Amino acid sequence: MSTARDEILARVRAALADVPESERPADVPVKRAYATGGDQPGSAPETVALFTERLADYGATVRTVSSGRAATEVARTLASRGASRLVVPRWFPPAWSAQLAAAGMRSDEPPLSVDELDAVDAVVTTAALAIAETGTLVLDGGPGQGRRAVTLVPDFHLCVLRADQVVASVPQALSRLDPLRPLTFVSGPSATSDIELERVAGVHGPRTLEVLVVR
Amino acid sequence: MSSAFLGMPPFPQAARRALADTQQRRNLAGATRTIRHKRAEVVGELPDWEELREAGRALKERTLRHLDHYLVQLEERVTAAGGQVHWARDAAEANRIVTRLVQETGEREVVKVKSMTTQETGLNRALETAGITAYETDLAELIVQLGDDLPSHILVPAIHRNRAEIRELFRRTMPDAEGVGDDPAELAEAARRYLRQKFLRAKVGISGANFLVAETGTAVVVESEGNGRMCLTLPETLISVVGIEKVVPTWQDLEVYLQLLPRSSTGERMNPYTSTWTGTQDGDGPRGFHLVLLDGGRTDTLADRIGRQTLNCIRCSACLNVCPVYERTGGHAYGSVYPGPIGAVLNPQLRGTGTETDRSLPFASTLCGACYEVCPVKIDIPEVLVHLRARVVEETGGRRHTPTPEAVAMRAARWVFSSPARLSAAQRLAALGSRVVARRGRIARLPGPLAGWTDARDAPAPAGEPFRQWWERTHR
Ligand code: SF4
Repeated sequence: MSTARDEILARVRAALADVPESERPADVPVKRAYATGGDQPGSAPETVALFTERLADYGATVRTVSSGRAATEVARTLASRGASRLVVPRWFPPAWSAQLAAAGMRSDEPPLSVDELDAVDAVVTTAALAIAETGTLVLDGGPGQGRRAVTLVPDFHLCVLRADQVVASVPQALSRLDPLRPLTFVSGPSATSDIELERVAGVHGPRTLEVLVVR
Repeated sequence: MSSAFLGMPPFPQAARRALADTQQRRNLAGATRTIRHKRAEVVGELPDWEELREAGRALKERTLRHLDHYLVQLEERVTAAGGQVHWARDAAEANRIVTRLVQETGEREVVKVKSMTTQETGLNRALETAGITAYETDLAELIVQLGDDLPSHILVPAIHRNRAEIRELFRRTMPDAEGVGDDPAELAEAARRYLRQKFLRAKVGISGANFLVAETGTAVVVESEGNGRMCLTLPETLISVVGIEKVVPTWQDLEVYLQLLPRSSTGERMNPYTSTWTGTQDGDGPRGFHLVLLDGGRTDTLADRIGRQTLNCIRCSACLNVCPVYERTGGHAYGSVYPGPIGAVLNPQLRGTGTETDRSLPFASTLCGACYEVCPVKIDIPEVLVHLRARVVEETGGRRHTPTPEAVAMRAARWVFSSPARLSAAQRLAALGSRVVARRGRIARLPGPLAGWTDARDAPAPAGEPFRQWWERTHR
């Protein structure tokens, strides 16, 4: 089995005969002269405003709410879409789910089957962080987010995050994320432009995405 | 599923045929115009775009010059994270590995997320031969698959089909789609219904990857529809087939590519979904992860010092959308899953110049330089084209594979290019800065024996002359 491996590596080395033996990867210069967004504090009101605007550009509904009203807004948002059968992953902040009817809530503990996930109206989660410049949410399976299938199969995803979780740029986001966890970057509801390049929102992922930013 | 690019006519004949297809030309021209504008808008938003491009290029250079080191590191990290790494010298070996892995699960159906690499290897046919059905789940790939058609664009493989054609196709091939209309939203909904149960029942998923991070063993898939997430998350077994050039050194390096790729590709600030995973994760996603690393001619490309940069390609398709030749001939004329400017340089390197099609591809360009201008990883496609032209002429040694005047001119070019001193003298004389050919559609006359070459083939279309006329005037 190792022969293909050895042969490919040998071919690579032969192909690189022009690279001096003594050269190390770090000897090949890489200028990181691009912006990293480092000077903007994550929770600045402009940063949150930019995030809201950019995510809404993709067809998601995004609102900023005060922490005192978070639980009310979560319940109201779900009700307005007629969503009563819910998945709310473990460790979703109780302060935000306080006004949801316990009867319709499931926690994915023990894990629901795909058919059970397919039968719920909505999933309500937190996020690991959000990126203002690109209007992106990032999920990492942390507290209140659940495994990946939970935010994929249900047709409506309501995501609640704190304003201080919004970072300015892609470089800032990557430096805060743990690559060893499975990550999902979400920029709006699923979409396709495969037919005459006309954008259609809602294909296989959740067709509706709503986001509440709590400040 | 019997379609293949094998045995396609060489570029000039295929292109002439495509030029006659006005419907396709209209579909394509509209589509590429739209996407060009979207790209320009979101690229213009970033004041540091040139710095990002340069970093994207430099990181690839670092990777490629030390590819052995990074591949070994990648293998070690993927394995440590619970994945299994397989190596395939060529397409046939990759297909055999994947077929065996699927057979080991006992399944006869797999769901696939769009992957250029498995198209390149012809995996679906290999699976079919083994009695395994592969469902393409990307909408455009599905359109191509249902129509027993061939992809014609990297990002939008069914770009040559309009809504009415797609409606007819769906009505004909999908159960319960007799009444579907031609509104794209309705067509997308039909595809959703058709694929939903396949996703929810799938036990084996097959994908490619846009990037592999050596430092962490992380794989990255960039997509729009959520079919990628379905294939990567719900099945018990995930098999990813990836070219060895897709490695990047570190996690941090993704901060460059995750900005370059979506803006260059779909013209969005970010694509709807990007998934990253490292090996397997308890209680989340597939229990088995197999990474199949494919050579398939990449090491040959790596060995060519000018051609090597072709492996920088992140398959964004920006070069297709700006190419005057692609816009008029369409993707099929290139006889490969890699069409357009990148196809013109990649195919003859990956497959060699053994066929008439691959020999003709380096000539499928006006050398206008637009592809280089938009390339997010700064591949100097015109430079590689010129280099490959010289190679083809050299190999065919005056046999009439290319027009004779050109062969003569190319021999002269070879004389210039074979000596750095002569080359730089020629460049200085041509007063073209660092490049042999000028950008923005104007080709200056090269000095001495090269003048004939620039006069004959590479003269740009005079303003106002329709491309078809120009093509016929200069290519017949
Ligand atoms: S060659 Fe450059 S522009 Fe063309 S697809 Fe590859 S990365 Fe994109």
